[in-house]
Amino acid sequence: MYLADSRHTPASDAAPARRPGRPARIATTVLALGTVSLVTDISSEMVTAVLPLYLVTTMAVSPLGFGVLDGVYNGATVVVRLLGGLLADRPGHRPGGYGTDDHGAHGQGHDTDGHGTHGHGRHKAVAAAGYGLSALCKPALLFARTTPVLGLVLAVDRAGKGLRTAPRDALISLSTPPERRARAFGVHRAMDTAGALAGPLLAFLILRAAPGGYHAVFTVSACVAALGVLVLVLCVPARPGGTVGGVLPRPAGRPVARLLHLPGLRRVCLCAALLGLATLSDSFVYLFAQRRLGLPAGWFPLLPLGTAAVYLLLAVPLGTAGDRYGRRRVFVLGHLALLSGYAVLLLRPAGGLPVAAVVLTLHGVFYAATDGMLAAATAAVVPAARQGAGLALVGTGQAAGRFGCSLAVGVLWARWGDGTALAAMTAALAGAVAVAACVLRPGPARGEEAA
Amino acid sequence: MSGGRRILVLLAAVALLAATGTLAVLHAAGQARGARADGPPVRAGTVTLGAQPDGPRLVFRSMTWGPDRDELASVPLGQPDDTRTAASAPTCLRFHAAAGTGICLQAVHGPVQDGYRAVVLDAALHEVRHYDLAGIPTRARVSPSGHLVAWTVFLSGDSYAGGSFSTRTSVLDTRTWTLQENLEDDAVTLDGAPYRSPDVNVWGVTFADDERFYATVATGGRTYLAAGDVTRRTLTTVHGNVECPSLSPDGTRIAYKKRVPGLPDDAPWRLYVLDLRTMAESATAEQRDVDDQALWLDGRTLAYALPSDDGTDVWSVPADGSGAPALLVRAALAPAVVR
Repeated sequence: MYLADSRHTPASDAAPARRPGRPARIATTVLALGTVSLVTDISSEMVTAVLPLYLVTTMAVSPLGFGVLDGVYNGATVVVRLLGGLLADRPGHRPGGYGTDDHGAHGQGHDTDGHGTHGHGRHKAVAAAGYGLSALCKPALLFARTTPVLGLVLAVDRAGKGLRTAPRDALISLSTPPERRARAFGVHRAMDTAGALAGPLLAFLILRAAPGGYHAVFTVSACVAALGVLVLVLCVPARPGGTVGGVLPRPAGRPVARLLHLPGLRRVCLCAALLGLATLSDSFVYLFAQRRLGLPAGWFPLLPLGTAAVYLLLAVPLGTAGDRYGRRRVFVLGHLALLSGYAVLLLRPAGGLPVAAVVLTLHGVFYAATDGMLAAATAAVVPAARQGAGLALVGTGQAAGRFGCSLAVGVLWARWGDGTALAAMTAALAGAVAVAACVLRPGPARGEEAA
Repeated sequence: MSGGRRILVLLAAVALLAATGTLAVLHAAGQARGARADGPPVRAGTVTLGAQPDGPRLVFRSMTWGPDRDELASVPLGQPDDTRTAASAPTCLRFHAAAGTGICLQAVHGPVQDGYRAVVLDAALHEVRHYDLAGIPTRARVSPSGHLVAWTVFLSGDSYAGGSFSTRTSVLDTRTWTLQENLEDDAVTLDGAPYRSPDVNVWGVTFADDERFYATVATGGRTYLAAGDVTRRTLTTVHGNVECPSLSPDGTRIAYKKRVPGLPDDAPWRLYVLDLRTMAESATAEQRDVDDQALWLDGRTLAYALPSDDGTDVWSVPADGSGAPALLVRAALAPAVVR
């Protein structure tokens, strides 16, 4: 079961599986999950790319109608995400394992041999349920001829996404030794982003071959989604080999409250939420870029592609850097890149495309340096048996922070204009980065993230 | 399952799914090429936006399957079941016309992603000028004189952020080619007081003349009918709960989508008429959810699109609340009356 790179003893660095002069190979589980995400993202981004077009130009739904569709069920995903994390951590079918409750009285969280088989909850099952639910929604789109049904289908699709995120990240961290996790997450995120870039391309190729053929797009998307689920079921082991995350005892209490007793997780969660509060949503970034740099209207739809391309290119190198120089350090540096992007937008040294390219590059660097890094940093401070819930909690904290940021930017913009709103967010991000740099400071005294 | 079996299952599944996907695309491509036997009759011909000596015609985006889909087609307003005449160019997603000026919002197929542009047409459907659009076209209108043109596009959120949407409405003066790119920059007066907010969205312009217009202003989760002024660049709300207004030819009434309490969140609209002299609202006889900017066929009758198997059909209903809805043109969208 254990993979060649599953031991985080120095000996494994000389394992024969590794070619000299090259970094150790990525766990097959991570590659399999990356493939699942790549394939699934092709499927979902195909639909995402054409759905507004389909609704507005073929079903003649108005903008507000689409806004309603898009917004109606948004809040539920947060709950589903936490639920996914908690469900995934519930002990699986291991007989005589961790008992029926998870009060940490059995000491199963304490084995430090690095080969612990604990922590194998139902991650794969919950992730498969999430991927499966979303996959079932694609053929359902073919039959959704009215807006209410369509709204329901989109809601279920989104619930599936909420459900699968935390268990999938938990599987990645559980199958990778701690000192290589950031790179593993980087590989996963790069594959994920590649799918997200390829999906719209495939969709528009289909529409080119068959003008107005939205149902063909949905059918192909359904086939691709089914393939994703199949790869997950066939190629991802239910119990990832490899080392386990933390060696911390699990305190008693309610699942979420108990997690917050972990000092490391508390710090990561706090910083994720705090930085999230100063992180503009992508829509705002592109809107600021277009308005403040005076970009032609036709460029607007292409701005997200710039960010995604940089993210794709840098996710793995920056993940590797994170493993070498400290995940938290790279995480904080990534926010410095975002801060620089804000500063460029604020100061506007010039207008036009070159400056926009700089901003988008910094935005892509930010994603590459922070998204997988946060998951890796979280995994390092949560015991194996709590990975799903820990990852879900931090992800929720971050999402809540970003939601708060959007509200705040809206109010600031309304009262004082876009320049003031941007200046305020730049200051807030500078402050949040300073706090995060202190709170996440690595050091032996804190007993975490020791190189 | 052994490794070999697993790979075999995976390969078989890939083959099966690839075949399914290919068939779906081929089927759709065939549907795009050939007209459906049960579709409305079409013949190729000339569509003009100029004077119609044989009586008024309805010009619209044809939604028939086959080679004529998205082309501009016309039928006599008096006999809408007649064989439609379809022009081979341009193709449009949204369209409107008045006094020999047409506006066509069309998709431009790019190598990576589709773009959109607004094309101003002359009476012979030739392009006069075009403008790149930042989003998906939803509404288009030409002022009665043919001088002003307005359009609304829909800016979708992106995959990371999600959940957000906004509109952008532009007004173009075809005499000077002055483009007001974003009506959200206009000075908004809400319920009598100056108002500013980044969540202001404007859509669905309907022109009274070359100076005054009406449009929907949305902010704080509510929608308003706003009276706009092209020169002074102002928007002043005059009534609540109005979307996609359409001004009657005599300028006294507004047909619009009203969000009626008690209806489901995702199908909330009914077609209403507001009398601007008394501010009295009255419902039309159409009982279905209408999500379109209605068109006045004359002083008494409204036309609007409803979803159908072809995409949309255009229906008509009396504006005064009497009568019953009737199917006007099958497989059609975005009509305009050309006299």
